[in-house]
Amino acid sequence: MSKKEWPLWEVFIRSKAGLNHKHVGSLRAADATMAVENARDVYTRRSEGISIWVVESMNIHASDPAEADSLFEPADSKVYRHPTFYDVPDGISHM
Amino acid sequence: MKELNLNELERRFQEKIDKDIKIEPNDWMPENYRQTLIRQISQHAHSEIVGMLPEGNWITRAPNLRRKAVLLAKVQDEAGHGLYLYSATETLGADREETIDDLHSGKAKYSSIFNYPTLTWADMGAIGWLVDGAAIMNQVPLCRCSYGPYARAMVRVCKEESFHQRQGFEIMTTLANGTPEQKAMAQDALNRFWWPALMMFGPNDADSKHTEQSMRWKIKRHSNDELRQQFVDVTVPQAEMIGLTVPDKDLKFNEQTGHYEYGEINWDEFWEVVKGNGPCNKDRIDVRRKAKEDGEWVREAANAFAEKRARKKSA
Repeated sequence: MSKKEWPLWEVFIRSKAGLNHKHVGSLRAADATMAVENARDVYTRRSEGISIWVVESMNIHASDPAEADSLFEPADSKVYRHPTFYDVPDGISHM
Repeated sequence: MKELNLNELERRFQEKIDKDIKIEPNDWMPENYRQTLIRQISQHAHSEIVGMLPEGNWITRAPNLRRKAVLLAKVQDEAGHGLYLYSATETLGADREETIDDLHSGKAKYSSIFNYPTLTWADMGAIGWLVDGAAIMNQVPLCRCSYGPYARAMVRVCKEESFHQRQGFEIMTTLANGTPEQKAMAQDALNRFWWPALMMFGPNDADSKHTEQSMRWKIKRHSNDELRQQFVDVTVPQAEMIGLTVPDKDLKFNEQTGHYEYGEINWDEFWEVVKGNGPCNKDRIDVRRKAKEDGEWVREAANAFAEKRARKKSA
């Protein structure tokens, strides 16, 4: 029998209906089903969740933090995307 | 990315730290920062895992079902804490198996407190109250540590550990209010665990070689002696409240400073235990090694089962 190390999984928990799943950490497990079972024991011992997602860590693709400035720069220069950019005359409500 | 020289990268890194911007796994970090964190977080993980042993020793002998259920939950939490922390070391590029092998070979350290034996039920009280109390004092500032995954793990750990300390203090209170024999048992446990608990904060500031750099990197927020003082200040009145005596003849409250002054810690004993010559060092590591060896077939079976399930799914 090979001494294969269990793969790494990222764990996402939905804490209650209506909220999105949120990354909580990672763990090792032989397959997805066991990863969900382990996540139940490791990350929800105090009713922290009603739903669990697991994704094998190797399948996560991330942006490069070193490129963050240029990647997010376009949003920084477009202040007109925010409502506070606009002048609204005094006395106008419901806007 | 523009080519930056090392000095410039380090300058920018320190600038982020100074502005309290967290460092995340893929961010550039100095090699020393990475290694310091791997060492500290893995030692912390090992302490959680080895820390299950002195208490595991008493699960089958807990005095009633309530105490047994509580102790079982506490030990399970410690396993969980070890797992959060091993995961955090993996985000730094450490290999989990190698990390665990370093513990088993004696290369990696863990908290010296777990090398003391748990001789009576009162020791479960003393450990929860003093050892978890000291651990919480150490861990609360780590929730603001500059490394994101470590800080987040600590937030979870601290939330869970507040019950650990309370259940220990409850055991001590019950015994201290019990028969003379029970009270004597509680006092004996306090006598044996008081000084090792003070040692948990590590060497005096003057002898702590990593403190200065760790504080500059905001891995550490308070020095060993500051945290130790804080622990003494909050714990001594708790002992008095339940009628137990802290085993330190030099202990006295200083009205001027508002702090307790305490006696000299036996640092020779501390270093002996750190070097592996404590009462239970060998036993703890032997048990860990055996657990890993005995669990080998389970890990293999899980792999075999995963393969079988995958084959069925694709068929």
